[in-house]
Amino acid sequence: MEFWVNQTFNGISYAALLFLLGGGFTLIFGVMKITNIAHGSFYLVGGYIGYTVASWSGNFYLAFLVACLAVCLLGMIMERWFLRGLAGQDLRQMLITMGIALFLQDLCLVIWGGNPLTLTVPSYLAQSLKLGAYRFPVLRIAMILGAGLLFAVLWWFQEKTRIGAMVRAAVDNREMAEGLGIKVPLVTLGVFGLGALLAGFGGVLGVAFMGLYPGLDFELLPFAFVVVIIGGMGSLPGALVGAIIVGLIDNFGKALFPELSYFTLFAPMALVLAVRPTGLFGKG
Amino acid sequence: MSAAMLDRVRIGRPTAWILLAALVVLVVAPHLLPQYVVILLTQSLVYAIVAMSLDVLIGYSGLGSLGHAAFFAIGAYATAILVTQHQGGFGAALLLSTVAGALASAVIAPLALRAAGIYFLMITLAIAMCVWGLAFRWVSLTGGDNGITSIPRPEIGFGLDMGVAVEFYYLILLFFLACLLLLFLLIRSPFGQTLIGIRDSESRMQVLGYNVWLHKYLAMVIAGAFAGLAGSLYAYFNSFVSPSDANIGHCMELVLMVSLGGPGTLVGAGLGALIIVFLKNMVSVYTKRWLMVLAAVYVVTALYAPEGIMGLFKRSASGGDRPK
Repeated sequence: MEFWVNQTFNGISYAALLFLLGGGFTLIFGVMKITNIAHGSFYLVGGYIGYTVASWSGNFYLAFLVACLAVCLLGMIMERWFLRGLAGQDLRQMLITMGIALFLQDLCLVIWGGNPLTLTVPSYLAQSLKLGAYRFPVLRIAMILGAGLLFAVLWWFQEKTRIGAMVRAAVDNREMAEGLGIKVPLVTLGVFGLGALLAGFGGVLGVAFMGLYPGLDFELLPFAFVVVIIGGMGSLPGALVGAIIVGLIDNFGKALFPELSYFTLFAPMALVLAVRPTGLFGKG
Repeated sequence: MSAAMLDRVRIGRPTAWILLAALVVLVVAPHLLPQYVVILLTQSLVYAIVAMSLDVLIGYSGLGSLGHAAFFAIGAYATAILVTQHQGGFGAALLLSTVAGALASAVIAPLALRAAGIYFLMITLAIAMCVWGLAFRWVSLTGGDNGITSIPRPEIGFGLDMGVAVEFYYLILLFFLACLLLLFLLIRSPFGQTLIGIRDSESRMQVLGYNVWLHKYLAMVIAGAFAGLAGSLYAYFNSFVSPSDANIGHCMELVLMVSLGGPGTLVGAGLGALIIVFLKNMVSVYTKRWLMVLAAVYVVTALYAPEGIMGLFKRSASGGDRPK
């Protein structure tokens, strides 16, 4: 029983992190039809910047703010200067995001070196909550609540606000949206920035949760891919459900079949593709 | 070369002379170059085989398969495991790797072909990353992060020693030429021409009564077989295989080779392989920041050379027309 409770809890807290990664990825994919290979790099850069700010200022929340803004800016620069001109050319866009991912990977190595880093969180987050016979780390509870809240805000923004409606219009029919006077280039710029921001946020959270080291960017990317393929590309609720499924499967997979741990991701992905190629929440 | 022969294979006379010159250079080169360069050339030829097989998908079938390195790695691991743990011979290893590549592709292709366009790109890459994960974590079979080491060079008899760089080079050159010829014939066959038709207009081919799905499926299986074969040769060449052979960097590198050389040209993919292999090895001698150089090659290729190097040639040959 203890095994199941603990593993489920760990799986859900990992899912919170995966949602931040996959949510941004799916937003970008939905609006721009770009598979952003540099998305793991946004996470990594966010984490490193957050680490530096936190250890320099001692303020955990300032780290979030600075890292999110910096990565958001990075994403916007990338969209504006590198990707905009190639709309609709999938393969060329992917080559560019790969180039940028390699560049950022090497840049991080130059600036922050190759040693793994971790962040000390404020003492009230480092405690554990006792619930009956079980202990739950507060940091992980905060992560789960934070990701849930973020999902609610994003969903509300996309479904209920005027700007959200513009984004949905740009996703469904770009030309029609432009014809109606929606500034689609501004929408794509904003969405790319927001997607990058979410990954950067995840990165700072991730430093406290699982540390930071070179190569983590490409290690996490498969998870973002699988989350989005399962959930449906471009769908925010899909990213949430996908993250929970992948988070749980990965945790139980690692515990029960350590040798096949990455491969356990393949099974749900294959199943979804066989039954519903557009993903659980995808349109089409 | 007789005009009739050229006519039958439908290549122009200047192209034929360039190919002949390239062949002469490839045959003579190892005797004029230092051993280090011969080794790099050997590596380029191995990668050329897998890049050309990927070109059949990207350039001729319109299938942007990003996970091709997975089949290469499966082939490499199949040979590595057979040779180091079961004392398999050269022929058995080649056969096993080729079949393994084809089988893996036969299993994966139906899943990937459920989607089209950008979804196809993403799914093939995701599946390849699962294969990487398998190589990384299935320690009892693959050795995990340490990989499989000390794979001996093949014994092929005839008094030849494959441990000698030049002699091994010629063996790989033979395989390269055979694969180039086979893939060339494949593209020129009715099957290959149908693939080109599907690339240009899938709906038209559908209406004409072709089984589009089956053609794509077979193209993927065939490409997987060639990738598996190249993987086997790579295992013998490198004497070491590791999960990094299937990682995302490697997947994208194969795509870069095809894009850089020029998709839909076969020879271009080989040229791309040559350039990337030499670039990586030469630049890393001079600077630790070779990854940044590679990153720049990715970005520049994607931004400024959509038709690759072969495309630039074609453009200047046809009076500077922009590719459509």
